[in-house]
Amino acid sequence: MSRRNLLRGAAVGAGAVALPSLLTACSSGPGGDSKIIKLGSNSSDAVPKKAFADAFAAYEKQSKEGRKIKVNTVDHNSFQENINRYLQSDPDEVFMWFAGNRMQYFAKKGLLYDISDLWQDYKGFTPALKAQSTGADGKQYFTPYYYYPWAVFHRKSVFAKYGYQAPKTLDEYIALAKQMKKDKLVPIGSCDKDGWPAMGTFDYINMRSNGYDFHKSLMAGEESWTDKRVKDVFDTWRRILPYCQPGANGRTWQETGQSLQKREIGMVVLGMPHPGQQFPAAERSDIDFFPFPEINPEHGQDAVEAPIDGFLLAKKSKELKNKKSMESAKDLLRWLATPRAEDVYLAGDPNNIAVNSGADLSKYTGLQKKSAQLIAGAKQISQFMDRDTRPDFASTVMIPAIQKFLSTPNDVDGLCNDIERQKKTIFASE
Amino acid sequence: MALNTARRSARRGRSRFTRRDLVVLGLLLGIPVLLDIAIVWGPTLASVVLSFTSWDGVGSIKWVGTQNYANLFTNYPPFWPAVRHNLLWLGFLGLVSVPFGLLLAVLIDRGVRFSRFYQSTLYMPVVLSLAVVGFIAQLVFSRDQGVLNAIIGNTKNPTDWLGDPKLNIWMILLAAAWRHTGYVMILYLAGLKAVDPSLKEAAAIDGASEAQTFFRVVFPTLRPVNVIVGVITVIESLRAFDIVYAVNHGRNGLEVLSVLVTDNIIGEASRIGFGSAIAVVLLVVSMGFVVTYLVQEIRGEKSR
Repeated sequence: MSRRNLLRGAAVGAGAVALPSLLTACSSGPGGDSKIIKLGSNSSDAVPKKAFADAFAAYEKQSKEGRKIKVNTVDHNSFQENINRYLQSDPDEVFMWFAGNRMQYFAKKGLLYDISDLWQDYKGFTPALKAQSTGADGKQYFTPYYYYPWAVFHRKSVFAKYGYQAPKTLDEYIALAKQMKKDKLVPIGSCDKDGWPAMGTFDYINMRSNGYDFHKSLMAGEESWTDKRVKDVFDTWRRILPYCQPGANGRTWQETGQSLQKREIGMVVLGMPHPGQQFPAAERSDIDFFPFPEINPEHGQDAVEAPIDGFLLAKKSKELKNKKSMESAKDLLRWLATPRAEDVYLAGDPNNIAVNSGADLSKYTGLQKKSAQLIAGAKQISQFMDRDTRPDFASTVMIPAIQKFLSTPNDVDGLCNDIERQKKTIFASE
Repeated sequence: MALNTARRSARRGRSRFTRRDLVVLGLLLGIPVLLDIAIVWGPTLASVVLSFTSWDGVGSIKWVGTQNYANLFTNYPPFWPAVRHNLLWLGFLGLVSVPFGLLLAVLIDRGVRFSRFYQSTLYMPVVLSLAVVGFIAQLVFSRDQGVLNAIIGNTKNPTDWLGDPKLNIWMILLAAAWRHTGYVMILYLAGLKAVDPSLKEAAAIDGASEAQTFFRVVFPTLRPVNVIVGVITVIESLRAFDIVYAVNHGRNGLEVLSVLVTDNIIGEASRIGFGSAIAVVLLVVSMGFVVTYLVQEIRGEKSR
């Protein structure tokens, strides 16, 4: 036994003793039955949780072999924070996760099961979807299920009452915000207590100012954060800040969603499910959005931020070593990739849109139809800052940095230097 | 039987343990010692070792020397605020919460009216986990929906008690002190009940005032309680975690060392090497207190 192995053993042992993962505690169920598929879910919010339950029930019903799904639901944020340990200890066979870099990171670590064989039979997915499901080694690891766009959301009735028009450019956006202020509305909702919602605003200002390619390389650590283009992003953000709800760092996205519902704020940059889940069903048809306004005509409104959620197989899962269990898990993925599976889900959660081109659009709400158009018309689709970059960089550097910017927006130079110095050490660690 | 033992002990001289005694003793001491090594010292040493690596929890372990520490001290903005907040926590609990708890204990011990009621009310928060206290604090201090802003009635321009990095640490300290005061109070109350009443009587006969009696006679007899209170206060402020984690994951003005450790190690980030370095700093600080305490105790033992 080499010293390194000994150390690793000691460290893993220590980790196992000192940090008993929340998730493993939940996933210790009856093992060994290859007909029961264990599935780790991060859908802890009521609406998606119910919709997933419907979808899984539909799977069980159509399964001729009598396969059953045992769902382990973990609070969304805890799931995210424990994912690393979860995937390494004793994960469920199938689990929910995100496409793009966040998935590729784990693929590179050898924690995901290669499902390229399933992809050969998948139908109805665009090449962009396939690209987002593919690891750095060119193999597929991810079965996409739904996505949702980020945009500027508002209430139709409020816009109609005051006669507001959806702004096309940043200047029009700011003019609209000024008008809202006069009309005694808080113009732009703002929340970042959870650390991630404000990343969407950063991404949009960045992609509108500097384009999608710059966003990608900035997130990949290839561009410097002290670059003038990055500072411009923060400077543009500062122009908008006076019209934003104050106290962003003390407010959750749920609270902002409720402010929009109560007509206290005029508009807000969020993902489609966020306001959607905070509106009572009867008022959902009143939600509307416009794409984030143009800043640099060269990039127009080309890019859309539309994170994709889906399903993966965890390589370390003990059950997957059993051929029959593996067949069950793959059978579930095959079914989840069908348009029918997405239809069932979306019937219960109209805040997302299907990824499969065969999905039934006829039942879509107006908002869903508009979202589908927005994404279809996009020249590029980004995944969101914390999905497009390394998780350690996003969570330990960017969350505090953006929160700091929101509370003290004046020292952009110092902030960018701070980010760049930390980025160098993190990206150099591999 | 008795004869047997007597003969054996005579032969062995001063050793009065039979082989069976030794086995029992060995087991009873050995198991805890082994557990202690496995559960406490093993992970501690592993943390120290890992703090010199850049391990991400999955790949191979790479040695980086003291780079993590250099990085931590110069290039990690949340670190120094976290150190300051831990010290502030210690100061606040030690200088505000503890004296206040003592005052309440003395008042209740003197038998004010409804003292049972006060006693149970003040002690109530202690049965709550700090995470729950955190959730309660959010109900009270939340900017848009909190009780406090509603009571003050400044809904026009509400104070952001938990989102403003200049304010939120104080609000959290208040919430933490709310719980700690009750704890301290109950400890002192037990101590005060144990003070021999004849001491107070003697002081009264000698013509001491109430304050003199307390500071010159009663308080010195509380020394063992003071030590316990001191120790739990230090522990409480160094392990501060759950309450800030429940409120905003220990970010934006609520950084404490333990949160930084978990953020780096347990979070999605998995910078285990770097997180271990923070843990080692926390260990060194705690060791400082532990050693001071032990030295004092041992000295006290000798002088007694």
